[in-house]
Amino acid sequence: MSERVLMKGNEALAEAALRAGCRFFAGYPITPQTEILEYLSWRMDEVGGSYTQAESELAAINMVYGAAAGGARALTTSSGPGFSLKQEGISYLCGSDLPAVIVNVMRVGSGLGNIFQGQGDYWQMTRGGGHGDYRTIVLAPNSAQENADLMYIAFDLAEKYKHPVLIASDAAIGQSIEAVELPEFKEHDLNRYDWAVRGAKMDEKRRMVKNVFYEMGEPYEDYLRDKYAQIEAEEPELVLVAFGISSRVSEEAVEGARAKGLKVGLIRPITLWPFPVKAFEEAKNAKAYLTNEMNLLGQTMDDIRLATGCSVPVYHSGSIFAITDTNDLIARIEEVMEEVKGGGQ
Amino acid sequence: MKLKAPDRITFSHFSFCPGCGHGVAGRLIAEVAEEMGVANELITVVDVACGSMHMNDWYFDTVMAAHGRTLVTAIGLKKARQDNPVLAYYGDGAAYAIGMAETMHAGIRNENVIAIVVNNAIYGMTGGQMAPTTLPGQKTTSSPMGKDEVRFGMPFKIEDAFSGFDIPYLARGALVGAGNVTRAKKMIKKAFEKHLNNEGLCYVELLSPCPTNWNMEPVDSKKFLLEEMTKHFPLGEFKGGDVK
Repeated sequence: MSERVLMKGNEALAEAALRAGCRFFAGYPITPQTEILEYLSWRMDEVGGSYTQAESELAAINMVYGAAAGGARALTTSSGPGFSLKQEGISYLCGSDLPAVIVNVMRVGSGLGNIFQGQGDYWQMTRGGGHGDYRTIVLAPNSAQENADLMYIAFDLAEKYKHPVLIASDAAIGQSIEAVELPEFKEHDLNRYDWAVRGAKMDEKRRMVKNVFYEMGEPYEDYLRDKYAQIEAEEPELVLVAFGISSRVSEEAVEGARAKGLKVGLIRPITLWPFPVKAFEEAKNAKAYLTNEMNLLGQTMDDIRLATGCSVPVYHSGSIFAITDTNDLIARIEEVMEEVKGGGQ
Repeated sequence: MKLKAPDRITFSHFSFCPGCGHGVAGRLIAEVAEEMGVANELITVVDVACGSMHMNDWYFDTVMAAHGRTLVTAIGLKKARQDNPVLAYYGDGAAYAIGMAETMHAGIRNENVIAIVVNNAIYGMTGGQMAPTTLPGQKTTSSPMGKDEVRFGMPFKIEDAFSGFDIPYLARGALVGAGNVTRAKKMIKKAFEKHLNNEGLCYVELLSPCPTNWNMEPVDSKKFLLEEMTKHFPLGEFKGGDVK
């Protein structure tokens, strides 16, 4: 039986990770992520797992690398500047074909930025972020419930593709207290997959976790292309136009705009990469797209242009420091629709 | 007397330079793992530099970590697989430059892994640059006029940095000369014993010649190690030792 409880988004994510079989966490305090670390500092002991407050995000992601090599469902979480520090480790996870889950509770701004909610890490998260020829699966929850739901399936995806999965949460989702239905506990066996190091007898094949192309040589090219083609073939069924917390105000704005007789719909990418191209193919009548995201450069606009073959104009409604107000967004919808009627961008 | 290599040395990929200490260190670790009956369970973690080549010549389950993150990767692995002995093997650049924070905090938390640090006073894999362990006046490719210790600091000594930490074992051996190699093996064995007893961080630094990057003949490099390097890096046990 699942339980319905009132929880902070960050805590819902932490609890869902444990219920998904995660028994290894290493992290470092940074606002607005810290409740995940605080929650796991006592809760991980209760479920018999390993919790470490590391000396840095670098140490934490590399502990995750070691734990993942040993077959554990390993998690690290951070925000903005701390998430940047993890990029080398994420690149290593990709290079060595290791599954792990890395959560970025996004905050605002480059550099130190600030602790308010933001969505300015879209490019960093969907484009790789570290060195080399890789991308990562990125999931974008929009509520405490989805923090739990997406965290719960993230390890399955990571292990399916032997690849890290990133979760793009944010301060608003992490800090909001909402009703959450928690999933059932799942067991995870360290020796479930043969690639996990465990010690080798002389008469068995030893395991080596290292950059895959060292062993593979030239076939690595096809291997890597196939791997990403497989990941991209997984299209999510549920799609809307703003991602994460911005999609909630967008839902309200769409309702408000429809009440005014405006023909407005919503595409909400839950999987940020691979980008849900099919959802855009299905929106055949769209004359323009309007993104609503908490950054000033309109970071999803390029992906929408790619998904639509630049067939229609793409507009942006952006803000930092605060989630866009519903009425402001409705006003922007009206403004864009007027502009499109008058000939567009 | 019949000499036999340990079963866990494969001889399939051996690629260290003549006179280097890594080969000796790798053999000693394999011997100790076999003698203590833990070769089937031991997991090794290597860095990306010269020492990583043990990944191929050892027959152990092995993880290659990012540069300087070897120890912390081993720590994560050990926490996830507490029934396996876990050994981190890396060099002085990884330990005392890029991975200094990880080195210190492994000591502060007394993490339960074996750390074997091969100290050759330079960066070997990248061609012999100055390291935090480089001796005063020592010429390297990034200190061609000799290391100026006023600008770049005296050689880093782990026994000083770890003096206040409550770790079960800290020792320094040398990989040249029969007596030293025998003592180094005893140190590695002591580290394994205490690790298997779950006592915490068991740390052995091993001085190694690097004839290629020191630009010396192997025999001269051994002499340099024993006469010059040991002035700054005294051999012996600093914590928890009783090796003769």
